[in-house]
Amino acid sequence: MSKSLSPKTPEILSARPRVNAGRKPTPFHARQVEKSETNDWTLWAGYSIPNSYTSVELEYFSIRNGATLYDISPMCKYRIKGPDAERFMNRFVPRDVRKIKPGRVAYAIWCNDDGHVLDDGTIFRFGPDDFRLCSQERQYAWLMDSALGFDVEILDETDDIAALQFQGPTTFAILEAMGLKGVETLKPFDLQHFSFAGTELMISRTGFTGDLGYELWIEPGKALELWDALMAAGADRTISPVGSLALDMTRIEAGFIQPAVDFLHAEHVVRHTRGRSPFELGLDWQVDFTKGHFTGRRALLKEKEANSSRYCFVGLEIEGNKPAHNALVYHKQKKEIGHITSAVWSPTMKNNLAMALLQRPFGVDITEDLWVEIYVDKELKWDRVMARAKIVDRPFFNPPRKRQTPPARF
Amino acid sequence: MTTRYDSIVIGAGHNGLTCAAYLAKAGKKVLVLEANDRIGGMAITEQAADGVLIPTCAHLLYQLHPDVIRDLDLKVKMAASSLPTIALGSDGRHLKILGETVTALNGADLSAKDTENYVLVMRDLKKFARVLGALLGQKPPHLKNRDWEDTKTLLKLGLSIRMMGRKSMQEFLRIALLNIADQLEDHLENDLLMGVTAMEAVWGTHLAPRSPGSVLSLMYKLAGSLEGTQGGIGIPAGGIGKVSEALEQAATRAGATIRTNTPVKSMLVENDTVIGVELESGEKILAASVASSADPQRTFLSLLGAEHLDAGFTRRLGKIRNRGDAAKINLVLDGLPEFTGLSQQDLAAKLVIAPSIDYVEKAFNHAKYGEFSEHPALEVTLPTVVDQSSAGTGRHVLSIVAQYAPHQLKAGWSDEQRAALGEAVIRKLEGYAPNIRKQIISQQVLTPADLEQLFNVTGGHWHHLEIQVDQLLMMRPLHGTAQYETPVAGLYLCGAGAHPGGNVTGAPGMNAAKRILSRKG
Repeated sequence: MSKSLSPKTPEILSARPRVNAGRKPTPFHARQVEKSETNDWTLWAGYSIPNSYTSVELEYFSIRNGATLYDISPMCKYRIKGPDAERFMNRFVPRDVRKIKPGRVAYAIWCNDDGHVLDDGTIFRFGPDDFRLCSQERQYAWLMDSALGFDVEILDETDDIAALQFQGPTTFAILEAMGLKGVETLKPFDLQHFSFAGTELMISRTGFTGDLGYELWIEPGKALELWDALMAAGADRTISPVGSLALDMTRIEAGFIQPAVDFLHAEHVVRHTRGRSPFELGLDWQVDFTKGHFTGRRALLKEKEANSSRYCFVGLEIEGNKPAHNALVYHKQKKEIGHITSAVWSPTMKNNLAMALLQRPFGVDITEDLWVEIYVDKELKWDRVMARAKIVDRPFFNPPRKRQTPPARF
Repeated sequence: MTTRYDSIVIGAGHNGLTCAAYLAKAGKKVLVLEANDRIGGMAITEQAADGVLIPTCAHLLYQLHPDVIRDLDLKVKMAASSLPTIALGSDGRHLKILGETVTALNGADLSAKDTENYVLVMRDLKKFARVLGALLGQKPPHLKNRDWEDTKTLLKLGLSIRMMGRKSMQEFLRIALLNIADQLEDHLENDLLMGVTAMEAVWGTHLAPRSPGSVLSLMYKLAGSLEGTQGGIGIPAGGIGKVSEALEQAATRAGATIRTNTPVKSMLVENDTVIGVELESGEKILAASVASSADPQRTFLSLLGAEHLDAGFTRRLGKIRNRGDAAKINLVLDGLPEFTGLSQQDLAAKLVIAPSIDYVEKAFNHAKYGEFSEHPALEVTLPTVVDQSSAGTGRHVLSIVAQYAPHQLKAGWSDEQRAALGEAVIRKLEGYAPNIRKQIISQQVLTPADLEQLFNVTGGHWHHLEIQVDQLLMMRPLHGTAQYETPVAGLYLCGAGAHPGGNVTGAPGMNAAKRILSRKG
């Protein structure tokens, strides 16, 4: 019996939605399918989103030189409302939430009782008793557990809001061209509501690229209209959608850490020693011991007072141009002292960048003579390169246009 | 904010008072704050309109800790300290149990084999219980990060288990986590005897005879002794409230101040340290330490506030098992009741209606699904018979524990539901004392929800929370707060929620006071 080889069906070759294995389409899916040439999709919290549309390099340069749309609809969004909302949030995160004014956004991390980081995200403050927490990973269970003893209402709004990260130097000019009056007044981490297509469009001057840019939040039913309006208004300013791979390059240039990449959710790890404290992730600035109690405070205070942090998190510039993905870090080329968590060759800075987790005292007291072991594939011949590394401050990429208000009309 | 105390004790129940007395005796300036208009918590005796005394909640004394009696020089006169238990059978054929001796009344079935085996079963349980008994009067040892005292306790515990001999040690380890039904059925045949003994293991718990851990529960109950009798059952002269009064006197004598009608609103916290309390009245009182005999959920969530605690801790706190299943029914009778087959003398006993293991299991089934049992197990005492001093003008009191009636009734506790529960209990009693209904002058039915309200105990649980292996010793009340300390400096637990747990023992209060004194140097 001979097996019949069925010809490849056209469906597989076409850029059809890869909405299978339980993956959900985002509200922008229809447009993404139209734009996708690579048919390269990835999974984010149950949704399919593009890894790339055309070429990663092209998309990367679009972020740094034009305006780009990145679908962040899968971002987990939780509304926290009620008389105890501020007290709740202040106990939830190590930073002082009372200092975040209504109309402002703030980056935040949160920890478990051991003071180990669970996730990071952004807190949107709409009013005295009204917050939204956005995070990459699901947090509903931890939020609900944390709510015991507080008069708050916690709603999962993930599926109720479509969102785009709109990033790049020409984004401001495009929003202005769309007739969104007042967008010029938005300072970094401001948020504001606008009328759009008969509904409310929220714009926050936030993002994951370290560049001038915004995040746009709208009801799912208006998602495609928003996409189309942006594309139309940006036609003369090199507007294009980008996928996760290009975004990742820019977030490393910006020096941002990412959950499940640079650290793991402390309650998801199998090995309990894999949890990382804020001090071990370079997030000391997030911990406010003076504001009162928050989950993990006692453990973190003990760690601080005993100086018992095991690791430190550093930015590295590495010689050569081979990205140091997953590389080990050595002291004096001999002693293994840590590993690279994220790495990229930065096309804009023409520099080999990385972020690394080092075992203290390396990275804190001993900062010289650091080396990174990079494996380079030269046509299936692997070379081991010991490249010198230098600790540098983050963000690596930090252009003035990121902060300038009102932004320039590139 | 004028007066500053060394210690504030929240709650003037027996444990709060014991803690206060110990602290005051050590020279500390102590203030006890009680929300109710009287001291005593769940161990009180109240006078009915016609002068008859009613043990509102607790009605029996098992093991007031000997150290507490000695150290605080307590003078509690007992009306009886080794009451027999009478397992009520049908047609007046009952079993009377005193210590390890079982006798048949009115020709009740009882084989010689069961009489013998009962002695053996109870002797084993009491022997094993004595091992636990050694742990009651001290802080439960930490396994990790232990201090010298903890190591000593663990060594002593290990040694005393080993000292029982190889065979006993193996038997102890075999049965420690077993259920009481299995253990009894291995050795006995008599349904009535097994019913009453199994019930002894599960009074005041959310367990039935076939629930794992019910052997441990019985051993724990037998761990202490009363006037030298291990497992002795007693009623103080003048009622259980006399224990609380004696503790009150001890505390006052030592210099402690007690304020009733003074509910605490919240703890005052500064720099992650409890520095005092704020009263409902708005008054603020400062103290170097605050010891709470309130239940753990009330202490941490209502008084301290979740904002001072980690979320993982409050998550665990929210899950502790603290829902009571025991209702209390107090009947005032116009005269001495007549129980079929019992003489007047026999009424000076603990009467139990739990005719078989299956009967109790079936009663428990209802509680599992949020209903009260129409055929409850009953524990009945007649304090007016045992203790002549508590009798009024010919009136008598039936003090009844009825199980099972869950704290969270599916239908919700209402006047109708409460009345229906009272009716079920009276109907059950009528099977054994046919004329009882006509004798009732007044009745008080207290569901676990009522006990929660009356005594400010979340869940209305006698022991504040289940005495089970996951909520025992260094895990009582929960991981993250043991040895009477809490995550917040300056705040201690001294109530039944702390080791060794419930019953009127004074032990948690005593141990907590010692802990506080040792921490203050």
